Amino acid sequence: MSVPQYRKAAAVALVAGLGLSLTACSTKSDDKGSNAGGKVTITVDCQPVGAQKELLKNWNDDVAEFQKQNPDITIKSVSVGEQCNNPPDFTARLAGGTVTDVFYGYMTDLQQVLDSGQAMDISQHVNKDAIPTWDSVDPALKEVFTDGGKLYAVPVKNYSMGLVYNKALFQQAGLDVNNPPKTWAEVRAAAKKISALGNGIAGYSEYSAGNTGGWHFTSLLYSQGGKVLSEDGKKADFNNPMGKQVLQNLKDMRYGDNSMGARQLLQWGDLLTNAGAGKVGMFIGAPDATQAIVSQFQGKFQDWAMAPLPGQDGAAKGTLGGGEGYFFKKDLTPEQVKAGLKWVAYQKLTPGKGQFDYVRAKPQNYPVGLPQPLLFANGSDAQKQELELRKANANVDTANFALFEATPVPIKGEPRNAQAVYAVLDAAMSGVLTNPNSNIDALLKTAEEKVNQLLAAES
Amino acid sequence: MAITTVPETPRKPGRPPSPYSARPQRTSLGRKVRDNLTGHAFLIGAVLCFVVFSWYPMIRGIVMSFQRTRRGETTWVGWDNYSRIIADPSFWTAWQNTFYFTVLALALGYVVPFFVAILLNEFRHAKGYLRILVYLPVMLPPASALFLFKFYAYDPSEAGLFNAILKALHLPTSQWMQSPEMTMPAMVVASTWMNMGGAVLIYLASLQNIPGELYEAAELDGAGIWRRIVHVTIPQTRLILALLAMLQIVATMQLFIEPLILANGAGAEDSATSVAYLIYQHGFFQNDLNGAAALGVIMLVVLAGFSAVYVRLTAKQD
Repeated sequence: MSVPQYRKAAAVALVAGLGLSLTACSTKSDDKGSNAGGKVTITVDCQPVGAQKELLKNWNDDVAEFQKQNPDITIKSVSVGEQCNNPPDFTARLAGGTVTDVFYGYMTDLQQVLDSGQAMDISQHVNKDAIPTWDSVDPALKEVFTDGGKLYAVPVKNYSMGLVYNKALFQQAGLDVNNPPKTWAEVRAAAKKISALGNGIAGYSEYSAGNTGGWHFTSLLYSQGGKVLSEDGKKADFNNPMGKQVLQNLKDMRYGDNSMGARQLLQWGDLLTNAGAGKVGMFIGAPDATQAIVSQFQGKFQDWAMAPLPGQDGAAKGTLGGGEGYFFKKDLTPEQVKAGLKWVAYQKLTPGKGQFDYVRAKPQNYPVGLPQPLLFANGSDAQKQELELRKANANVDTANFALFEATPVPIKGEPRNAQAVYAVLDAAMSGVLTNPNSNIDALLKTAEEKVNQLLAAES
Repeated sequence: MAITTVPETPRKPGRPPSPYSARPQRTSLGRKVRDNLTGHAFLIGAVLCFVVFSWYPMIRGIVMSFQRTRRGETTWVGWDNYSRIIADPSFWTAWQNTFYFTVLALALGYVVPFFVAILLNEFRHAKGYLRILVYLPVMLPPASALFLFKFYAYDPSEAGLFNAILKALHLPTSQWMQSPEMTMPAMVVASTWMNMGGAVLIYLASLQNIPGELYEAAELDGAGIWRRIVHVTIPQTRLILALLAMLQIVATMQLFIEPLILANGAGAEDSATSVAYLIYQHGFFQNDLNGAAALGVIMLVVLAGFSAVYVRLTAKQD
């Protein structure tokens, strides 16, 4: 081939290749997940990542078993990272329309999912036939995923916050591990003793970055009896004595007692890394925080225990609750929805199976016996079965969570437009934790103005 | 066999053949296209890449900034996203922080590489090693470099590198990223360390093009090192200086990864919130892609303004 011909051929090939690439990029699959043989295929996310070996094996075993029981259904698992819903990634998937057929989301994600137009109203599909334990699922959890009388997701996990404390550090500091702090004054006294151990140990640790500061401010405010927004959700409602008390408690510990460690601007992984390294005496969190400390941050189960969230002068007046669920992508065929519900029922809502397969989990490095999730309503058959299995197979000392379990605190949900509000409140939290001269009144006033502006703009 | 030659037709005196006559032009264009087929094919590739990955998203972003998507329904809302984003209490804070960073980065990140380049240019030995040393941080992934600063240099306890040095010198230690006052300077130092290698190499190349006679003449006239820099080096490298100043402004105004990693986002009392970080907050944390698009367009306009000023200034210089 002469040089000019060669060039011509190369040029044609290049243009054709580019054209094909672009065509491939823009091609949308018209595969609706069903074929003539009646087989249904669904994609499901939140498959554990490769590093979570045992969890991944459990998931894959569940898929195999489920497909064996349902030969007409094929589950295509998708892993979206260790944290199934990292907010920026989740938003990008929603905006790009690349969520799986059945996709995981937080309870606070409902509005965002609805705005994206990606979720299906599954009210007509969800019933006892599709999910045998559906009638036992706590109605309050179903309500969280309901909008305008329509159900958009199936709840699969829930939590509420309490005081997580390191028993080993309590013992070293001469504190009674069976009598953890019940008020914020007691937390302060205990934190002072624990931090006196030195070696970079924080008696009490708290978030103040990446929206997690606002998240915890909300829970601390609930413990005081306050709320973040007014009843109608149109105004900020934290610039009051309760909000001030929350920040004052933290400021007293941080700068009055120097019991919160030098490193601040912590977010989720930072605090749990320190906790796993035995450098944190207390923090507020849900029971599954201990699971993360052990499975992701090399901590030890036997070191950790939980108490109810402290209150200002007595028991906490409220605590923050949340959870997760599975949404169903719009445009799924009824067969796919049915298949998806069947899978969620099998893996997430059946005592003895999937996430409740405690016999399987017992010898693994994952906790059995934590007081949450509590998906099933009090007194329901499913709850009885699940709790019996949990008790019979516990691999953690349930006594470590007995106090938390035995002292329920009223659970409140997250505020409207939670992430935006939390982003604003991060500044108030970081203010008292990084500036010894911070003015609490000014911090709350600024945050209040910002939240009010946000809410006004939103409406 | 006799060889006959066709006599060349004598050209008529007078007007030369018009280069715009229809027939020759068509032939020439077609031939040009054929001759440059490979070039055009490669050009199509580049243009398509720009269209798909740069221009289309840009236009889409502008369109989105005038829309609002709720419940899967997209509607036109005029300037509503812009007024909403400007009303965001963090809007002016973000611009203030970004301009502050840009000014500090110009003062430090622009001047330091220039003097490092002058210094390197003076060395007679080990030039190659020194250049590698200066360029090495550029080869580190930015996230890794910033984590080094975050956990090693800017640790607010006395275990942190900088605090240990300050303590050894009997100077007061700093909270670094936990102090609203130190947040920006600390980010500029890290950013300069990470990025100056490229600028140093460009300055070096420019410095090596300055004729040695100019320095000799200046020396004969009694100019010291400072006057030689002011009267020879700077005028001789002014175009490169102007270009890098512009690039520096455009790059530093897109400040994002430094606050994200060093300050975990907004930093102490929002002291690290940049415009780009605010776009990220709106788009990916607050379910407000339209607001994020509006802020992106505002940023584009501001940067375009800077670029226009630059083009005008350099055109005048030339």
